[in-house]
Amino acid sequence: MIIGEPPPPAGAFGVDAIAMTMRFGDFLALDDVELKVRPGSFHALLGENGAGKSTLVKCIMGYYRATEGDIIVGGREQAISNPKDAHALGLGMVYQHFTLVPAMTVAENLVLARDDVPAVVNWPKEMKELEAFLARMPFKVPLGAKVSDISAGERQKCEIIKQLYLKRRFLILDEPTSVLTPAEADEVLGMLRDMVVKGELTILMITHKFREVMAFADDVTILRRGKLAGAGKVAELTPDAMARTMIGAEELTVQPPRTGEAGKTRLELEKVRALDDAGAIAVHDVSLMVRAGEIVGIAGVSGNGQRQLVEVLAGQREAESGEVRVAGEPYHAGREEMRRHKMSLLPEEPLKNACVGGMSVADNIAFREFDRAPFASLGWWLNRGAFRDDANRKIGQYKIKTRTPDTPIAALSGGNVQRAVLARELGGNVEVLIAANPCFGLDFAAVAQIHAEIMAARNRGAAVLLVSEDLDELLELSDRLVVMFHGEFVYEARTSEADLTVVGRHMAGH
Amino acid sequence: MTTEAADSTEAVGTIAPAAEPGFLQRHGATIEYILIPGAALAGALVAFGIFVAMFGKNPLDLYFYMYYGAFGTWFSWQNTLTRAAPLILTALCTALPAQLGMVIIGGEGALVIGALSATSAALALQGMPPLVVQIAMVIAGVIGGGLWIMLSGALRQYRGVNETISSLLLVYIALAILNHLVEGVMRDPASLNKPSTREIGAANMIGTIPGTDVHWGLVFGLIAAIAAYILIYRTVFGFAARVAGGNIRAAKIVGLNVSKLILAICFLAGGAAGLAGMVEVAAVQGRTNANLAAGYGFTGILVAFLARQNPLAIIPVAILLGGISASGGLLQRRLGLPDASVLVLQGIIFVFVLASDALYGRIGFLKGRS
Repeated sequence: MIIGEPPPPAGAFGVDAIAMTMRFGDFLALDDVELKVRPGSFHALLGENGAGKSTLVKCIMGYYRATEGDIIVGGREQAISNPKDAHALGLGMVYQHFTLVPAMTVAENLVLARDDVPAVVNWPKEMKELEAFLARMPFKVPLGAKVSDISAGERQKCEIIKQLYLKRRFLILDEPTSVLTPAEADEVLGMLRDMVVKGELTILMITHKFREVMAFADDVTILRRGKLAGAGKVAELTPDAMARTMIGAEELTVQPPRTGEAGKTRLELEKVRALDDAGAIAVHDVSLMVRAGEIVGIAGVSGNGQRQLVEVLAGQREAESGEVRVAGEPYHAGREEMRRHKMSLLPEEPLKNACVGGMSVADNIAFREFDRAPFASLGWWLNRGAFRDDANRKIGQYKIKTRTPDTPIAALSGGNVQRAVLARELGGNVEVLIAANPCFGLDFAAVAQIHAEIMAARNRGAAVLLVSEDLDELLELSDRLVVMFHGEFVYEARTSEADLTVVGRHMAGH
Repeated sequence: MTTEAADSTEAVGTIAPAAEPGFLQRHGATIEYILIPGAALAGALVAFGIFVAMFGKNPLDLYFYMYYGAFGTWFSWQNTLTRAAPLILTALCTALPAQLGMVIIGGEGALVIGALSATSAALALQGMPPLVVQIAMVIAGVIGGGLWIMLSGALRQYRGVNETISSLLLVYIALAILNHLVEGVMRDPASLNKPSTREIGAANMIGTIPGTDVHWGLVFGLIAAIAAYILIYRTVFGFAARVAGGNIRAAKIVGLNVSKLILAICFLAGGAAGLAGMVEVAAVQGRTNANLAAGYGFTGILVAFLARQNPLAIIPVAILLGGISASGGLLQRRLGLPDASVLVLQGIIFVFVLASDALYGRIGFLKGRS
């Protein structure tokens, strides 16, 4: 049901959400929040994980029915009871994760997204129309290419093009650049900004990245724990002021200074070769040494074999040939070996790689130790009390926000899942730490905490291998930097002496 | 969270502090596990009633006779429990591997192999004290059935063969072995019309629970189901299995030996079905012949799915399904329905239960915070 007239058929329009309150049972996800997006503006929505950003936009898009509050689209109050209503009004959303069908071409994905797909599609005619449409668009997408064959950056562009093709004129972008390289992000956001300036589009972007807010947004609204924490013009604000508003009184974990010298070699890779899922060589005979008290960073654009390399070290993939040695002994990622060498792993996407979503937070925290005292009596009987005690201690120590230790871990926000994994992996002594994009998609407070923990582990003498697509993170943390390209290590330097242009060139394969 | 809140959670299990959602939300998952299969069962009964009405019978008579034939008298209760015993065991053959994310549907094959192994043990030990023979039969049945399903697990782990298909195909191999043996080397020359092995001997039969006509197999089933529940939810082994079943990548990253878990779980699962075969020989048939392949293995799959693969829930569900099958005779006599009509009902139930899977987490009033 739509109350009031839809906004005018062309040009940008604004959206206001007034006095929005959303309750889930007794939990107050939004508390009297106000969001005003001016027509033809680029608006950033900032907030930590769990601040209510997603809930707010889901209310606007009709996925949730707000407990209280009004939504005004183009100056008229609207009752948006499902996403179809929102689409009819010209509201569109681009999600953090891709929604394209990988096995189909870009053109097929675009046409099939329409509400009025005919039973028999006249492809020559559609292609002609698509090409005419693309000619008016600021960025190009390869219409004939299969989605599975194009890069993450191109896919994100396709998602945006799809919204424009569907004639959506108010776009909500949910962390649109988390899968893009900085250059790709700047390109996509720059083009969208141009459309906003021309008055064709209004954009509301959920983000963590202050750099993007400063560079592209006109206005900003900041949420904290379900409440409006502040709003204003970006031009009048500094990143520091925004960060303070976002985090509130919460202290960011301070990263300890880099101390101590590198010791003996702990982790050694010798001519390790690994295949990807399709059977092609993804890691091409790489050799590397990581010493105690040292962070070695592996840089590279996503998809150059980093994932497969980490999977070999994590025991999720068998090496095709070559050898991994820890403390001089051959290593095959068995439980006893991991324990003996005090190995810890912080994989990317922790919910997918390191947790069982349906099991409780307490259970997930105990994955490394459950078969030993005090978690197990006599080696086989589970001692539930020990699980709960240990979890309660670590939940406090690592500031994991969960309702109870018995809550399924899948119900936690991304940052808190990663905190739970941190608690498990770094809760004891660590001699070898392997981390892969450990801060991917996480907020400020979580990133600061994870970086501090990694540095602390290094200072305590752990050998750390940090694989990341975030060059800033690598430059900040690592002692040595290695660039991976097409499955090989093509560049290595001490981080303090590394030349950024040279690193960038090697990442691009030149 | 305060210690007090933690304590109250620990002491009472489900009673949460005041700032928690309401009763329905807190117990949403548990209620769903009862409500949805219950509704599926009711829906299946209604559909079966329509089916029966098409034959010109009154569905209300049908429901009455089904109840009467299953639970109406002490006699029908005993009949029901006797049929429930092997169902509990064969259901475990599906429910245990399900904890590891595997779908094993070959309980019938493990039952047959278990029966053959148990019979062989009994025939080889003729003349020994009955207790010795019986224990040997249990061991042989469990090992025979266990190895049979372990073969499926090994094929999956080391050869990438889908365990659902391999376990199903192994049923037909098991039946072929059964026919080969009872018509060949193990055939009792006195069995003319129905090739069978020799009898294990009346003294070696395990008999009935005192005061009833229900054989001891029911106790075996109850013990096995409770032991399986404890194994999965209270032991290190079960915890590891749940980790591997929940997310194999997480299991590998903490170094769990997934192959070992798969083989062990498959062995236990097959062992349960093998024990069902042993029980059928030692408590009902007294020998092995084609009667053993009475479909308990396949009905066990239905029981496991209806019980949401929970070993404890298997017990009441097996009794329910045992009741349905026990009422088949009465339906035939009183309503003139074909004996196989209860199989139709079982099939309808299976379809409804599988379809109801889509409802979990979608019942509005049970939803907590999403």
